[in-house]
Amino acid sequence: MASEKFVIPIGPQHPALKEPGHFEFNVDGEIVTDASVRLGYVHRGIEKGAETRNFVQAEYLVERICGICSHVHATAFCLGVERLAGVEAPPRAQAIRQIVAELERIHSHLLWVGVAAHEAGFDTLFMYTWRDRETVMNLLEGITGNRVNYSANVLGGVKCDIGPEQAEAIQIGLNFLEERTRHYLEVVSSDAMFLRRTRGIGVMTREDAERMGVVGPTARASGVPRDVRIDAPYLLYAEHPVELVIEEAGDLEARFKVRVRELFESYRVIRELLTALPEGELTARIPRRIKPAETISRVEAPRGELFYFIKSNGTDSAERVKVRTPTLPNMASVLALSVGHQLADVPMILAGIDPCFSCNDRMAVVKRNGDEQVWTWEQLRQYGIEYYR
Amino acid sequence: MTLKLDQSWQAALDKLKTWARINSPWAIHFNSGSCNGCDIEILATLTPRYDVERLGIKLQGSPRHADVLICTGPVTRQARDRLVRIYEQMPEPKFVIAVGSCALSGGAFRGCYNILGGVDQVIPVDVYVPGCPPRPEAIIDGVVKLLAKLRGADPSDTPVVFDPDSAGEAAILAGEDPVEGPAHAQQEEEAIA
Ligand code: SF4
Repeated sequence: MASEKFVIPIGPQHPALKEPGHFEFNVDGEIVTDASVRLGYVHRGIEKGAETRNFVQAEYLVERICGICSHVHATAFCLGVERLAGVEAPPRAQAIRQIVAELERIHSHLLWVGVAAHEAGFDTLFMYTWRDRETVMNLLEGITGNRVNYSANVLGGVKCDIGPEQAEAIQIGLNFLEERTRHYLEVVSSDAMFLRRTRGIGVMTREDAERMGVVGPTARASGVPRDVRIDAPYLLYAEHPVELVIEEAGDLEARFKVRVRELFESYRVIRELLTALPEGELTARIPRRIKPAETISRVEAPRGELFYFIKSNGTDSAERVKVRTPTLPNMASVLALSVGHQLADVPMILAGIDPCFSCNDRMAVVKRNGDEQVWTWEQLRQYGIEYYR
Repeated sequence: MTLKLDQSWQAALDKLKTWARINSPWAIHFNSGSCNGCDIEILATLTPRYDVERLGIKLQGSPRHADVLICTGPVTRQARDRLVRIYEQMPEPKFVIAVGSCALSGGAFRGCYNILGGVDQVIPVDVYVPGCPPRPEAIIDGVVKLLAKLRGADPSDTPVVFDPDSAGEAAILAGEDPVEGPAHAQQEEEAIA
């Protein structure tokens, strides 16, 4: 009977996550029968803001789309603008960009392991990972001068160099982290109490993952081989490739393992880059005005594929900047996977995709009477054709 | 019914309340549109290296249990009502700390259409912590300034004072990591260098 349905609203301010999002779960006893989400509390209007600023200013703005993966946002934007201008960053700059990107992935994954463990009630792991994460924060601060929002990128290159002492410091830091990571891998794959919260929970089959279009480690934990660093290498990922880390199980345990195992790949690639750091300039000259053109740029953020569309119009600012962040496709999987689980497992399932609302809230819909809210594929296609006519 | 006490008892009770408030301020954190950078730095202040819990500060889940509201991010149009509601749900007396350039003025997002500006456009703010994002040390300093204000001192001339007798704080002053001791810290220092 419909009247017996019990709806539990959670958010937007809630104890589990640090960011606002509003969820509604229909429950039957303890079991979730339906779920919906309302996003947009942190929609700031960055895309529009980026159009009113010139390219140099916009780079600082897009970097602040997300404080956890700020470097990849700036990298994607810079790569796009550089392609529009027909400029390529010098090899040394690309290597440094890649090193910082991988350091950022380390910090993001460690952060996630901690937060997800906290959702599981395993605060000891949370504290340990965050203590060790400070090591990589030190390294990032040593290179760029800032702990978060490092601003390592400028259009046409990077701002900061990595000297021999810094390279040495990074090696020492990585040795320490590698040893700790081995321990974490053991914890997430063998701690009996923890496994009861993760093994067999939130299972997403490969078909589901492909149907819902999930990206990043969430997809790789379900056996989908999808990683922009490998599929469409950018920066120096072609010369210094990472290996695909993949798990087949599709449950929370697999998501933990994928992310922890990816850390080892990051350590390896950073070491490789440090020993083979190309010599040369840090920046290339880039014109202030950019001729009319459009481009896309894709990079692999810690959470999955990050996509930028940039259109220039001959002035010093962009005509259109469109961002698609990895949390958006992943969010759908949370709603689908929650159904049939106990309410107590939902925070873990949500944390399992490593959601990032500040990345996510790209769009606000202004509702007017009679506006169509749901578009069919055919309508969308027609709209696209009309738009470009 | 409010309790009527004679003056000396009332004074004593007030003193006790201030003492309790200063020794264990409970905080709640609300993100009204931040980029996450400030939020993770706030989280970092709770974790072993900075560990504000040793100063009695605890992050709370519910506004009804909190004394201090820590706000991050510019206020978006969507989050405005929520922010006001959370502020109103907190019991008196309540204090607000705005963390990050965004919470101060809108920061990098100034001029974006969905932004109302800083937190003080919506609710009164007691302490402003600038930075994008502020370092955890700065956030701790902000809390200490708030506590000094509660104590009735002029917050502008109270530097952060750690009690050097306590082992953990002495270690911090000496640049060591209180958790792992000098060896780990040294390694990290090399890492910074
Ligand atoms: S002040 Fe900086 S780090 Fe903090 S929310 Fe704003 S943009 Fe992000």
